[in-house]
Formats: sequence, structure tokens, C-alpha cells
Amino acid sequence: MSSEVKRDPDGQLPYISGHNLASVSDKISEITLRPMKNLPLIWYGGLALGVALLQLLFLAIYMLITRGTGIWGLNVPVAWGFAIINFVWWIGIGHAGTLISAILFLFKQDWRTSISRFAEAMTLFAVVCAGLFPLLHVGRPWLVYWLFPYPNTLGMWPQFRSPLLWDVFAVSTYATVSIMFWFTGLVPDLATMRAKAKDVWAKKFYHGLSLGWTGSARHWHRYEVAYLLLAGLSTPLVLSVHSIVSLDFAVSLEPGWHTTIFPPYFVAGAIFAGFAMVLTFMIPVRSIFGMKDLLTDRHLNNMAKVMLFSGLIVAYGYMMELFFGWYSASVFERFMVLNRLTGPYDVSYWMLILCNVLVPQALWSYKVRTNPVLLFIICQFISVGMWLERFVIVVISLHRDFLDSSWAMYAGTKWDWAMYIGTMGLFLTLVFLFIRTLPFIAIFEMRELIHKDEHKHDDHSDEKH
Amino acid sequence: MNMENPLEPKTYGVVAEFADADSVLAAANKAAEAGYTVMDAYSPVPVHGLDAALGRKPTKLPWMVFAGGVAGCLVGFGMQVWMAHVDYPWNVGGRPTISWPAFIPVTFELTILFSALTTVIGMFALNGLPRPHHPIFNTPNFDRSTIDHYFLCIEAADPRFNEADVTAFLQELGPEAVNTITDA
Repeated sequence: MSSEVKRDPDGQLPYISGHNLASVSDKISEITLRPMKNLPLIWYGGLALGVALLQLLFLAIYMLITRGTGIWGLNVPVAWGFAIINFVWWIGIGHAGTLISAILFLFKQDWRTSISRFAEAMTLFAVVCAGLFPLLHVGRPWLVYWLFPYPNTLGMWPQFRSPLLWDVFAVSTYATVSIMFWFTGLVPDLATMRAKAKDVWAKKFYHGLSLGWTGSARHWHRYEVAYLLLAGLSTPLVLSVHSIVSLDFAVSLEPGWHTTIFPPYFVAGAIFAGFAMVLTFMIPVRSIFGMKDLLTDRHLNNMAKVMLFSGLIVAYGYMMELFFGWYSASVFERFMVLNRLTGPYDVSYWMLILCNVLVPQALWSYKVRTNPVLLFIICQFISVGMWLERFVIVVISLHRDFLDSSWAMYAGTKWDWAMYIGTMGLFLTLVFLFIRTLPFIAIFEMRELIHKDEHKHDDHSDEKH
Repeated sequence: MNMENPLEPKTYGVVAEFADADSVLAAANKAAEAGYTVMDAYSPVPVHGLDAALGRKPTKLPWMVFAGGVAGCLVGFGMQVWMAHVDYPWNVGGRPTISWPAFIPVTFELTILFSALTTVIGMFALNGLPRPHHPIFNTPNFDRSTIDHYFLCIEAADPRFNEADVTAFLQELGPEAVNTITDA
């Protein structure tokens, strides 16, 4: 191993350096296999915070089930409040994982390798958090199977022309495919964990989960074909999921919702929010576990660029919303736009513009993109901004629509907030448990990257020098 | 010779261990040239060309996935038409009972769902997984096959298999070690 880091032909630093197959396997598996007492204190802190907030979620769910949805701030006309806002917020966050694991895979972006596993796990956990909201919003979650087409005594079937039903199919398919994609990616790594584990029970645990993976050439061949197919299937899937979520709004006739720009603008917003959330966790995690050689500043730079780009699409969406309001020549659409800009919720709107449009412009600077602290702060702005975006869309359109006799104000109650903050606890708990139990960087893909790198240097060594 | 004794472990094959991908690829090619047909290689990363060197055709998995996708599409669309048009025709806002554009999202999702299920279940089924016990796990040092070493196994099922010959053959290919393994 040479001490000097080889640069790419374009002068960029490599995504991985100073590692060989064994060292990268050691380094990543060590986090899950080290004794509990050797885990950094901040891991315990993070998990404790997550578990504490999780109790809040349990309490909020208990209260909801025993008292009913009346404890939330919902009213008529604002019958869609926090439940939908939080559902869309979480499901959007999940999209970054699939984007990184599937779309960047198809585009052969090698830098995705270091972040794909973590982002995929985040997708799953975000979908779990998202799914809780519609589940609980139905009021009687034990009857949620009514949403699915199953033969029942009424002889009736669901209303297939409703976007809410499309959502049921889209989100459940998304959850299923995400789990399968994630697990498929994990199998060869679980075999590595089996080899690395010293404890006999840990060995059995990883062996069982690895399904007895041997790394046979025949298996690898089918595996690679399957992985490519899954990436190809997940790509249209992830685009469809947030498009269908946006149709919940766009198919209705509400002012501000009934626009064709919603699907692409929602998908861009999902990527924007998702990358912000991946960075929110990656930046501290790479410091805590000393992973800066695998999660380099160049990764931060690339992710920040994706954020900047998707943020610009989102900003374009906001502009178009204003334009449509004026161009529609509809009195209700125009009123909705004015109500957004100057109505009782104008602070939310202007905060949204600040968080999602103005602050992310700092990402044009290379220094900001590679400064972990600044990047982390910007990500927090984006997460807040994306939540405000959904608040603005849901509440401002509903609270003053066609009939001014039924106008009303809306605010989340303490139980709305408890449920929302509680799902963050669920998310934190799952993320910290995941970091401990499964390799959070795809080991075999990192090995493959090194393997490919070595062969690339072999191939070009004659021509270059 | 007590070949009839079912309790006696049978020879599964002879395994050579290599330190790098190029060696195992070269070894697989030489073994194929030498006329061995029943063999397999085990590696920590997918080695391109290894599967072809072992004389295998590309997998039929993509065709299975295509069939799964077509099935999902037909099931999805058929289900909605049957439910909304045949079994319980339901007038929603005066729209036709087969308002097909509104049926596309569910059809699409089920197409993806069926294809993805076929991909994952098909891949594991074709690979014969889950399989907790495999004779190859008896190879000394086999743990490194999932870390940084490469293994080539010429199996006893090969018509030309002869333990002494195969061991001598593999020894010439520059391995780290050569071992005979049994199936128990």
C-alpha cells in the first residue's frame, strides 16, 4: 500500500483509500462485534434519547386509541392535519434511500456504496414512521385491513378510483420492495459477519440470517442479476410512490392542490428532504466511529450537490404555484395564493421560503459543501422547511376554501406534537439499534470497489506511464 | 472400502485456496481446459468471468421476473375490473365502471410488487438458499471466503474425479492450500 493517495484522472480524491479487502471488512464489522462496553458514549446517549421519545409515542398512541381522534386538532374544514403532514414528511425522507441504492446504482455512481446501506435502512424506518400516521388516522387501527380488497360480508370492494386507495398499494409495495432490496444487499455481508463473529450465538445469528451464503460463483452471478433487476424495479417504484402521494392532493379540486406540477415537485422535495436526513445522521456517525476514510468529504460534497439541485426544483415548484394561482384566473386559486403570502399562516410560508429556498443557496460554495458543521446546520433547516412545506400545502388550502362561512383556524394539539416527536424517537431507536446489529456500510460492495479499483489501475498502468 | 456404509462421510471434493481473484480465475480456466466440469468457486466479491469460466450459461432469472411482472399487471388490472365492473358495479360520479386510467396506479404497483417478489424469491430459490449446512463449510479457513480469499472446489461428482490426481493438479496452480473435504 503506498502512503501517497492516488488521485483520479480528474484530480479528485478517491472515495476510498488505504484499504484492502480484509481491512475494510474488519473495520466495518468491528462496530457490530465489539463488546458493548467499547461502544462510544454518544451511541448510548442517542439510543437513550430515542427510547425516551419512543415512550412518548406509546403514550400518544394509547391516548389516541382510548379517546379517539378528537384529541387531535382536526376540525372541519381542516380534516387533514398533522397526520397527513407527518405522513408525507416521513415518506419523503425515505425516498433518499431508494434513490441512492437504486438510481445511483443504475447510473454507476460508485460513491453511493458507502452510504447506500445506511440510507436504505433509513428508508425502511422512515416508511415505518410514515405508515403509523394513516394507520392511526383511521381512528380504529385494528380495522385497518378494511383498506385492502378482501372478500367481506357486505360484498363490497374498495373504491379503486380514489388516490387514497392508490396510496395503500403504493406504500405497501414500497415497504415490501424496500425490505427485500435491503435484505438482499445484506446477505453477503451477513456471511462476512458470520466469519468475523467470535461469540457462538452471534455466529449462529448471522449464519441464520445469511441463509447459508457461500459466495459461490453461480450464486454471485444470479445475485448480481437480481440486484440489477431490483434496482431497475425500484427506480420507477420510488418515483411512483411520491407521485401517488401527491395525487392525494392533486386529484382533488381544492385551490392550491389541483395542479399538474405536484408529482415531480413532490418527488424532488422527497429527495431534498431525504438527503438532508441521510446527512443529518452520516455526519455525526462518521466522526463517532472514525469512518472518515470511507465516508469522505467528497461524499458530503456529492450529496450536497444533489440537495442543491433537488432544492432548486422545489424552489421552481414554489414559483410555479404562485404563477398558477395568478394564471388560472380562478378567484379561489388567487385568493389561496394571497392567503399563503399574507394570511394568518404567512409566517409558515415565509419560514418555508427561508429554509428551503434561501438557506440552501449556501450550497453553491464548495467550502460549505465540505464543511460538516455548516452542512449539518443547513440540513436541519431543510428538514424543518420540508415539514413547513407540507403544513402550508395541507392547512392553508383547507382552512379557507370555497365557502367562507366554514372557514376555521387549525393548530396541532399537544397530542399531535407528542405523536410527531414520538415517531422521531421510534426512528432514532431503530437507527441506533441498526448501527449496532448490522453492518451500516455495505462491506461486500466496498470490497468490490477496491477489487475494481485494483484492476482499473492494472489496466491503465501501461497506457498512462 | 466400505462405500456402502451410509454413516461414513463421503468425499465431497478437493478445494484449493487462493489469495487473489486473478489466480482463482486462471485456475478455473485451467480446470475447465483440463476437462473438469463439476466444480464451483467461492469468492468474497463477484469475480467477473468466473461463472463463465466454470462453464455455466447466464441465469434464466430475468425471464422469470418478466413473467412475474406480466402476472402482476394482469392480476392488478383484472382484479379492479372484476371488482368494480363485474362483481359489484358501482356508479361513482357517473363514470364508466371500467374507468381504466384510474386503474393504472394499482396495476403499476402490483406489476412492480410481483416482479420484485419473483426476483428475490427466484434468486434465493435458484441458489438453493436458505441452506444452513453445505459441505464447503468443512473447508479449513473457509471463513476467509467472505473476507479476502478465493476458493476453487473440484467436486467428487465430476466424472474425471480422482482425489490424488485432482490434488496434484490443483497444487500446480499456485494455491495457498489444498484440502480434501467430506460431506459431513
